[in-house]
Amino acid sequence: MKTSRIALLASALMCSSAFTAQAADLEVIHWWTSGGEQAAVSLLAKEFDANGKDHWRDSAIAGGEQARAVVMQRILGGDAPQAAQFNNSRQFEELAEAGMLLDLTDLAEKEKWRDVIRPKSILDPCEVDGKLYCIPINIHSDQWLWTNKAIYKEVGLPEPKNWQDVIDQADKIRAAGYIPLAVGGQGWQEDLTFDDVFMGVGGKDLWNRVYVDRDEDAARSKDMAKVFETFGKLRELTDEGSAGRNWNDTTSLVVRGKAAAQAMGDWARGEFVLAGKKAGEDYGCVPGPSESPVLTTGGDVFIFPKQSDPEIEAAQLRLASMLLDPDVQVKFNTAKGSTPVRGDVDMASADSCMQKGLALLEDDANIALPKNAILSSDTDGRIQDLVSQFWNTPSMSIEDVQNQFADILQDGS
Amino acid sequence: MTQKENAVARGRKPKKMSPARYGLYGLLIISAAFFLTPLYVMIVTSLKTLDEVRLGKLFALPSTITFDAWIKAWSTACTGVTCEGISPGFVNSVQITVISVIISVMLGAVNGYALSFWRYRGANVLFGILVMGAFVPFQAVIYPLIVFQREIGIFGSLAGIVMVHCIFGMPIITLIFRNYFSSLPEELFKAARIDGAGFWQIFLRIMMPMSVPITAVAVILQTTGIWNDYLLGLVFGGRDNQPMTVQLNNIVTTSYGVREYNVNMAATILTAAVPLAIYFLSGRFFVKGIAAGAVKG
Amino acid sequence: MKRKTRMWSNLSAKIASIPMLITAVGVFILCVAYSIALSFTRSRYFPKFDFIGFDQYIRLWTTDRWTVSVSNLLIFGVLFIGFCLVIGFILAVLLDRNIRMEGVFRTIFLYPYALSFVVTGLIWQWMMDPALGIQNVVRNLGWESFNFAPLTSTEYAIYGVVIAAVWQGTGLIMCLMLAGLRGIDREIWKAARVDGIPLWRTYIFIIIPMIRPVIVTAVVLKAISVVRVYDLVVAQTGGGPGIATEVPAKFVIDHFTERGNVAIAMAAATMMLLPVLLLVGPWVYNEYVRRARA
Repeated sequence: MKTSRIALLASALMCSSAFTAQAADLEVIHWWTSGGEQAAVSLLAKEFDANGKDHWRDSAIAGGEQARAVVMQRILGGDAPQAAQFNNSRQFEELAEAGMLLDLTDLAEKEKWRDVIRPKSILDPCEVDGKLYCIPINIHSDQWLWTNKAIYKEVGLPEPKNWQDVIDQADKIRAAGYIPLAVGGQGWQEDLTFDDVFMGVGGKDLWNRVYVDRDEDAARSKDMAKVFETFGKLRELTDEGSAGRNWNDTTSLVVRGKAAAQAMGDWARGEFVLAGKKAGEDYGCVPGPSESPVLTTGGDVFIFPKQSDPEIEAAQLRLASMLLDPDVQVKFNTAKGSTPVRGDVDMASADSCMQKGLALLEDDANIALPKNAILSSDTDGRIQDLVSQFWNTPSMSIEDVQNQFADILQDGS
Repeated sequence: MTQKENAVARGRKPKKMSPARYGLYGLLIISAAFFLTPLYVMIVTSLKTLDEVRLGKLFALPSTITFDAWIKAWSTACTGVTCEGISPGFVNSVQITVISVIISVMLGAVNGYALSFWRYRGANVLFGILVMGAFVPFQAVIYPLIVFQREIGIFGSLAGIVMVHCIFGMPIITLIFRNYFSSLPEELFKAARIDGAGFWQIFLRIMMPMSVPITAVAVILQTTGIWNDYLLGLVFGGRDNQPMTVQLNNIVTTSYGVREYNVNMAATILTAAVPLAIYFLSGRFFVKGIAAGAVKG
Repeated sequence: MKRKTRMWSNLSAKIASIPMLITAVGVFILCVAYSIALSFTRSRYFPKFDFIGFDQYIRLWTTDRWTVSVSNLLIFGVLFIGFCLVIGFILAVLLDRNIRMEGVFRTIFLYPYALSFVVTGLIWQWMMDPALGIQNVVRNLGWESFNFAPLTSTEYAIYGVVIAAVWQGTGLIMCLMLAGLRGIDREIWKAARVDGIPLWRTYIFIIIPMIRPVIVTAVVLKAISVVRVYDLVVAQTGGGPGIATEVPAKFVIDHFTERGNVAIAMAAATMMLLPVLLLVGPWVYNEYVRRARA
């Protein structure tokens, strides 16, 4: 620790005369391009710049898949950004294994990440061979149904409590001229909806047996067939404009009172907040939707590709440290609609939807690992392709999709 | 692949309009409408306010013309924290295109000249490989090229993206120049040789002055090709050299609560402006160029 | 003296050809070979040469997304080339009938070719938007059941992409065909008229066979752009709905980046390369290598 600080000081002295301005410019790649996300990321950038010497060079790329693709290409090409957003998942596993990421273990020990971060399991994907290579900055759960309260009131229906309700209510909502369930027709959104149905209809036990244990019998079971069946029924509930639609354009349909509900991760909350809507009054949030909801603890992490310049490395550590700052955690997550990773911050200011999420996260029984933290990107992607194909091909039989599903899980890593 | 430019149609134009000719013009006008509609829709949409766009009257003229969408598309549309519109992409595209065009056309001209007049051993095989290269899908060589550029340390820089454009432009530009030089009389070259002129002398003093038209074709071909490229810019541009097409796609797929179709359309027209201008200004060369170079796909 | 210059000049020629040599050998041979080699490995993000045989190919051909991509490419290719040829030919014939304002029409038919595929894709995505595009306009006119939103259905989406591509690419074919028609000897027309052959028969049975070389060129040009199609799909449909408009080029790019499976991406790239090598290879050899030697 001591030597590195001296080295750092020396290099700082050497560089300061020539490169002071550039020395701590960090390029950050992320895919936060919706309104609520823009507000949240601007906050981080401002906070980071506020330390006086560093500068956040923003590289926003629309779409998570596209953004991750660019990060991968640039790391492969030796032109890595200084920081990049990933999902809390296995997406960057090989980068860590190949020693291309900055080791954050020392910083984590110093700042006691393992004590303040909860639930503990969200640090798992960051850990490779006992070392930490990423920093989780928020918890996102996919399992939320966002509703437009006014529409349910007008139609005279209670908010749905589970997927069966969603399906049963559809005709009445449609008859009143609204879209029963808005879905954005992009692969990852269809896959997210599938995961919500999986968790809501199949439950945590089935989820773990299928994804974690790779239990082939579970994947081929009747319960799993029911998941696919329920998911298939949702096709009828969306509108014609679904194809290719962004998630936030879809949320906007609920915000503007065109659609009754959307199944989307908790980040959708940011769009309601931005539109000036009130939780519990204008819009509702149903975890699951299920009577015994289970939330996956996904979220965003930052990785810091290794650089040769110690000055930049120091700035990377400063950025990591700032991201976990209690104050930043509260402000950022409030804007983003996600849950802080620290258990020790005051979230009294959180609205009712967020409070629901916080309460659920308290108990380990209500949480599970997200699919992309269990499966490799390759396998995860194959399942997404399959789910998307099934969603868009009503003629595909349950048996067929379930067989392929089980095969991919047996075959993939 | 080059075409004879016989601008004069056969015979005199008939004076009387027969029913058949009405049909002929009818067909032409319908086809013209099909080709023009998208451009028309883009332009009128970009001049409308967002509220008016939402009315869904695709073909209606704007009730009041506003250039707000254009201004926003050019200079203030956001992606993430950065709100600079599409103008940085324009600058990048100009940079990439100008440098790549100059280098790749020069290389192609020299290659074509060397291949046609200085038939050293292996020249034909070399050329054969190069022509095959015109048909190789980019996707098959992008990955190794990234690895290679990392090794020499130019990935993500302007040099990197220029190099890639030169590589993928070389087959067709070389082909064009080789075919052109091959059509020149051999005596010209022999006479110069007898006078003792060397490789570069003949090239600069005799060949280049004679190949102004074909050079124009090559320049137009490369300019539109490189300007319109998306994939190579996306992969090799790094952070600071993303061309306009990539930024366009970024801006269009980004949305803040509402999709601003008018801004998207304005950005689209701005991106298309340069190749369209080249097309309208240099029509004859353009036609020759694309016909010669459509090989590039 | 002279001899010395020749040697020098030859040397200059060779030196001047070095960039070409590097490109031809380095990129079009070594890089291609490298890609093919990787397809027989288990490489993920980074190259790793642990050869495992044809496993990646087996998985590739049992993956729906790939087979859908290939069949899309065939559908797209046949329709795109077919429509471009037919419409291009008809337009060329119309323009060749001594019409007024030929230049204006030609300009209109050709200008889309100046636009990039990204721009083309975005324009047509907009025209085909179910709520705001052509469909909506026609329905507002009173034809309530009118349907024109191909991009929203798995069945028709690929045809939506074809329409956009045909719009962009027909002008070029028209230009080539027109040049072909203008190159035909006037006597042929006279002879046909004297023999009393109807105009349409003259075109189909006499003119088309005469402009065969132009048609072949046109098909080759379009075929190359078909294999490479990527930007258009990315901008217009993103491969959706579902996997309905996926194409091989997109499969390759997606897999060596976001999916982290370089090996299968390169297996797919090799499959794209194969028809090119088999079809174009012999032609290039004949045309440029062997003939030039003789």
